[in-house]
Amino acid sequence: MISAIVFLPLLGAIGAGIFSLTNNDKGGFIVSISAMVLSMLLGWYGFLFMAIPGQDVTVPLTTWISSGGFHVDWALRYDALTAVMVIVVTTVSTMVHIYSVGYMSHDNAKPRFMAYLSLFTFAMLMLVTADNLVQMFFGWEGVGVASYLLIGFWYHRESAHTAAMKAFVVNRVGDFGFALGIFGVFALTGSIQLDEIFAATPNLVGTNIEFLGMSLPALEVVGILLFIGAMGKSAQLGLHTWLPDAMEGPTPVSALIHAATMVTAGVFMVCRLSPMLEFAPFTLEFITIVGALTAIFAATIGFTQFDIKRVIAYSTCSQLGYMFFAAGVSAYPAAMFHLTTHAFFKALLFLGAGSVIHAMSDEQDMRNMGGIWKKIPVTYAMMWIGSLALAGVPFFAGYYSKDMILESAWAQHGATGQFAFYMGVLAAFLTAFYSWRLLIMTFHGKPRASEEVMSHIHESPMVMLFPLFVLAVGAIFSGSMLFDLFVGEQWKDFWRSSIMILPEHTAMENAHHVPKLVKFAPLIVGVLGIGLAYLFYLVMPGMPAKMARLFRPIHALFFNKWYVDELYDAIFVKPAVVLGRMFWTKGDMGTIDAYGPDGVTSLVGRFSAFCSRLQTGYVFHYAFAMLIGVVALITWYARGFGG
Amino acid sequence: MRVDLGANMETTWPVLTVLTFLPLIGVVFLLLIRGDEEVVVRNSRNVALWVSSFTFLISLLIFWHFDPTVSGYQFEDRGEWLSRDGIGYHMGVDGISMPFVVLSAFLTPLAILASWHSVKFRMREYMIAFLVLETLMIGTFCALDMVMFYLFFEAVLIPMFLIIGIWGGARRVYASFKFFLYTLFGSVLMLVAMLVMYGEAGTTNIPQLAAYAFDPSVQTWLFLAFFASFAVKVPMWPVHTWLPDAHVEAPTAGSMILAGILLKMGGYGFLRFSLPMFPDASLYFAPLVFTLSVIAVIYTSLVALAQSDMKKLIAYSSVAHMGFVTVGIFTMTEQGIAGAMFQMISHGLVSAALFFAVGVVYDRLHTREISAYGGVADAMPRYAVFFMFMMLASVGLPGTSGFVGEFLVLVGAWQASTWLAFFTATGLVLGATYMLWLYRRVVFGKAEKAEVIGLKPMNSREIFIFMPLTILVLYYGVFPTGLLDLMQPAILNVIDQVTGVATADASIGGAN
Repeated sequence: MISAIVFLPLLGAIGAGIFSLTNNDKGGFIVSISAMVLSMLLGWYGFLFMAIPGQDVTVPLTTWISSGGFHVDWALRYDALTAVMVIVVTTVSTMVHIYSVGYMSHDNAKPRFMAYLSLFTFAMLMLVTADNLVQMFFGWEGVGVASYLLIGFWYHRESAHTAAMKAFVVNRVGDFGFALGIFGVFALTGSIQLDEIFAATPNLVGTNIEFLGMSLPALEVVGILLFIGAMGKSAQLGLHTWLPDAMEGPTPVSALIHAATMVTAGVFMVCRLSPMLEFAPFTLEFITIVGALTAIFAATIGFTQFDIKRVIAYSTCSQLGYMFFAAGVSAYPAAMFHLTTHAFFKALLFLGAGSVIHAMSDEQDMRNMGGIWKKIPVTYAMMWIGSLALAGVPFFAGYYSKDMILESAWAQHGATGQFAFYMGVLAAFLTAFYSWRLLIMTFHGKPRASEEVMSHIHESPMVMLFPLFVLAVGAIFSGSMLFDLFVGEQWKDFWRSSIMILPEHTAMENAHHVPKLVKFAPLIVGVLGIGLAYLFYLVMPGMPAKMARLFRPIHALFFNKWYVDELYDAIFVKPAVVLGRMFWTKGDMGTIDAYGPDGVTSLVGRFSAFCSRLQTGYVFHYAFAMLIGVVALITWYARGFGG
Repeated sequence: MRVDLGANMETTWPVLTVLTFLPLIGVVFLLLIRGDEEVVVRNSRNVALWVSSFTFLISLLIFWHFDPTVSGYQFEDRGEWLSRDGIGYHMGVDGISMPFVVLSAFLTPLAILASWHSVKFRMREYMIAFLVLETLMIGTFCALDMVMFYLFFEAVLIPMFLIIGIWGGARRVYASFKFFLYTLFGSVLMLVAMLVMYGEAGTTNIPQLAAYAFDPSVQTWLFLAFFASFAVKVPMWPVHTWLPDAHVEAPTAGSMILAGILLKMGGYGFLRFSLPMFPDASLYFAPLVFTLSVIAVIYTSLVALAQSDMKKLIAYSSVAHMGFVTVGIFTMTEQGIAGAMFQMISHGLVSAALFFAVGVVYDRLHTREISAYGGVADAMPRYAVFFMFMMLASVGLPGTSGFVGEFLVLVGAWQASTWLAFFTATGLVLGATYMLWLYRRVVFGKAEKAEVIGLKPMNSREIFIFMPLTILVLYYGVFPTGLLDLMQPAILNVIDQVTGVATADASIGGAN
């Protein structure tokens, strides 16, 4: 059954791929969606009847790579952690598949799109069911390629394939770390199989390894290296630059890959490796700090952007930061909890935004929207639900998970936990603010779009609204329903051995006993943020511009995304191109060739004369003459030498 | 070291000899073809294709009967040739040479098919050159006598030199001259070293030489002499500059064979000669090789980024990929060497496919300038798919054969030194950069030029060439174990010879 969950989407992808050869839209839709629906149903079945009762299985398939002690199997591992990821991935993916039928209706390569979506889902499922690090790497790079294909789906657009390439290359930087981490783990434990690694980990505490000339604690080195992989995939500070650009892909892609599933792979990986990372305290602190900084950093950019999808993208980046610092304070269940609720409400927001963009004839700039809520009321309501959940308004899904994260950060009782808590509360304020800024700018006020566009605005068809309803149910109820199971009273029974927390790491236990102020802080700042957004964008519409002028340098910094792209361009991209050109002209041609073969110029003349003569005669005569000559020469020489 | 199966085959027919010289029978047929120009062209193409396909079938038969559990040579075949001097005709394959033999026999018919219409003159001679080349390539990998190896190894130059020099592009004379000069430089030194070895050990038999313990101080010089030859072939930085020129000027099929097989002879040479025969020197020079390899990976990747010619870019990428191979070999770990072997086989498939991909559009627009393309996906969607797949295999995507080799090499590299793993692994990022950059500029974008819009889609012959390459790259990416198991005993042999330096048995038997 586990195999069916994983491989059905692959079959769907192959099927849709074959249909794309004949441009058979209907065939592509039917085969990919039915495979996904089946996979989703099996996924839920597994969650309810295997994961919750506590039945873990590993399905060995076959050997993949085997060389000496380096042995990699294809094997599917299914435990609570995987089960949660499977329902998130298959559910959101199925909804996105269905939604795409409507969203892509004007596109002329629909089966290709569906094939890529299904391929992505397959790779993602391989990632979450991986039984060893190399198979995880397979899924890891697989989702990267699917993401590359989907971001660049509209390959005619320069910006689309630029963004696609950027996503792939930046992710490769992360994968570089991941791969080194795998080599390190293998060198330390002699295995890349998860259980064997975890069994060997406690003995490695205190072991040092030589890394780049420094003697460092072994577990910290591999921990940080593996986390660099997670930073790339989950767009954490430093390796986040690809995510906003990835919005060039069709909106369903953003919902599936860049909000709900792929970008959360890093969080999943950190949770999956908890039995190892628990013994690497420095790595955990590093994760906490990177997560907290990303949460605040992305939020500051989010509230200055005008592209509706980019706002949501930075919001995703910021929410991933929350998940990481939760994992960093050893509250892995809280991270997984937020991952799950976030998947629903962020996919809802993206698909809702897609519905808006679809209605507004592909307009994405919020400055050209406004005053459309009456025309697309269902979409409007869905965006409200998504925003309420994101801002952490009580009883919506985000309320439970975000509170849990902030409380556990506080309850870690360490400096990094405190730092993460304050950053998280500040980011929560900004989150509420930019969410309502988005709602108001998009739907309220005077219409700013052209007459032409306004006249075409229409509510999306049912095939697009249905997935929104399903996700909305998740965005409303997933928090309250899963609370007990994931982080409440039953959390230890539910996660069991899939997540390991050392007894001295008590953030999870203490999270339920924090001061009232800590408990209510996110709610207070959330309401403040919403109120301020109303004040700025509805009551006093002149305010934002005034504030921007007043704090010009800061606003410019935020608006230009802290100039990270420009910085990378200056220190990596440009020098690489210049160096490449220099090595080529000065190195290869100017030095090696000039003093090497070209230096022997006197030969050239004679040689070309020889060549031109060759072309007039029978080639094989010369070839044989040379061959025979060499044989004769050697024979003669060897005889002479031998006696 | 003779095994039952090998002996058994030997008594019936000398299968490796047949395999090696079968293409030459095709050459005889080609020489006999009479008739007007058109008939000659048609017949010589068909004869070459049939003969090389038949050769491939025989190689598959050998592959089928090859016993992967045996560590020694199989299908051994000895003959009398200067035998009183310790030189003998001796053929045989082990887990290291077997994959290359099949690869050579596999790529030749594809290369012949790839030149079906693109060769405009002297078709007969062209096909003769390719069949002779096939004989020499297979011979190089089968030869178990140093003199035979030398003959095959060096003679490979001649047909390739002619292929580039006659059917090549505008600067073909310069390119073939450069190619010749570089390789000649290496081969002279190797010949001298071989004579010294013969004088010392009294035999040219490769298995016996591998068992002979050369004095460490002699080893150093011998190693360097062989290194000069193999490093040029691989090619390693800084003796790589012949490769981009040779590739750019060579016809498509020539590039396929050059990248697919000829470069691998260097790596094969390291495994067959340098490591087992000069273990002390190999250990001593390993850091040098690592340094050169890491420079190759980073330097040529950056140079590839600066290219405007498709073939040059892929040629530079070959240098970077072969950097992984030399790193893997000299880690002298099981994973490193297995990875290097796998990388060579995989690169043989992938680079052949990539050069063919360039050839496909070159045949249509007659330019290799990247800027002349853009938006090819519209007119040639299937081409875009194949090219994409090979591009991803080239950057080592898991699930393709490219991943297995690179990853194993890096596993070995980490064990040798974290510095080495760190710098070599930068190739993962840089490789992705230049390949994606190439793909983007050629295939993506909006087709604006009239010629690009009017490109003809791939025909069935072209798809037929891509298909087997694609299937193999995928198959060996998902199920590499068969090949890895087949290589393992021979690789362990090599490692034993290096690590068992101190206890090596110096006694050798007489010739034959």
